[in-house]
Amino acid sequence: MSDETLPTFAALNVGDEVSRRDVTLTRDNLVRYAGASGDFNAIHYNDAFAESVGLPGVIAHGMLTMGIGASVVEEWAGAGNVADYQARFTRPIPVPALGAAEVSVVAVVGALDHDLRQARIDVTVTFEGAKVLGKAQALVDCA
Amino acid sequence: MPVNVETQGRTYGPFEAYEVTRIKIREFADAVDARSGAHFYPDVARAEGYKDVVAPSTFAALIAQQAEFHVVTDPEVGVDFSKVVHADERFTHHRPLVAGDVVTTTITIENITQRAGISMVTTRAEIVDEDGAPVTTVLSTLAVREGEA
Repeated sequence: MSDETLPTFAALNVGDEVSRRDVTLTRDNLVRYAGASGDFNAIHYNDAFAESVGLPGVIAHGMLTMGIGASVVEEWAGAGNVADYQARFTRPIPVPALGAAEVSVVAVVGALDHDLRQARIDVTVTFEGAKVLGKAQALVDCA
Repeated sequence: MPVNVETQGRTYGPFEAYEVTRIKIREFADAVDARSGAHFYPDVARAEGYKDVVAPSTFAALIAQQAEFHVVTDPEVGVDFSKVVHADERFTHHRPLVAGDVVTTTITIENITQRAGISMVTTRAEIVDEDGAPVTTVLSTLAVREGEA
C-alpha cells in the first residue's frame, strides 16, 4: 500500500458510493484480455465453440469483469491499496460479435473496521438489470 | 469420470520463476480499464512510494493461472477442461506486486466437494518473492460438471 494515496478513514460512512463507471464491452475487449491474461479459453472468442458447450454464445471472462471492478475501486482507493478482493461469478455476460454489452460498476462502502482502519467496499456489476458478480468485496486500507 | 477427491491436499511446484515487467503490467492495466498512473508511469509509482509500476489487483491471476494449469492437467485429478466454469476467485495481497518482482508459485488443492453432479475444486496459490516472503495468496474455485454420456 502507498501511504501517499490511502483514503481517509474518518471521511467514510457505510453506504457511501465511492466510485462508479459505465463500461462498454466488445469482442475487442475480450481478445485484449485474453492476450493480457493468457486465458485463451475459446468460450471467450469462438461462438461455435461456446454454443457447443451449452452457452448462448461468447461470454466475457469472469476475471475480466472482476478486474474491471477492481479498477473502479482502485481509481478511488489508489493503486496498490486493495489488500483483499474476492468475487463469485454468478451470471455470464454474453458479448455479441457486433455491438457491445453495456455494464455498470458501482462501488459502495459496505462496512468499516475501526481497529484495522480498513474499509470493505462492495462492488456491484450490473448487466441487463441483473448482478453478474456475487459477494464482490474489496478490503481497502485507509489512513 | 468425476474429479478424484483423493487428490485433495496435493501440492504442486514451485514452478519456474515469473518476472513481473512494466510492459505486462501496462498491457494488463489497459485490458481491465485500470486508469491509475501508477500502473503506467514509473515516476508516478515512485511518487506514491513504490519501487516501480504497480500491478492491478487481479494481475496475480495470470501468475496463479499458470500454476492452476498443472492441477487441471494432472490426469489423477481428472478435470475435463471442456466442462469447467470458473466459480469464484479471491486475492489476498500481503504486499503490492510491482515491476521487477521475480516470484514463484506453489499451488495446493485446498478442497474438493461434490454434489448434484458438480465438483467444486478450490486451489490455493501462494506467490512469494525471491526472499521467500509472501506477496499474494490466490484462492480459485472451478465448478466441473461430471461427464454426461
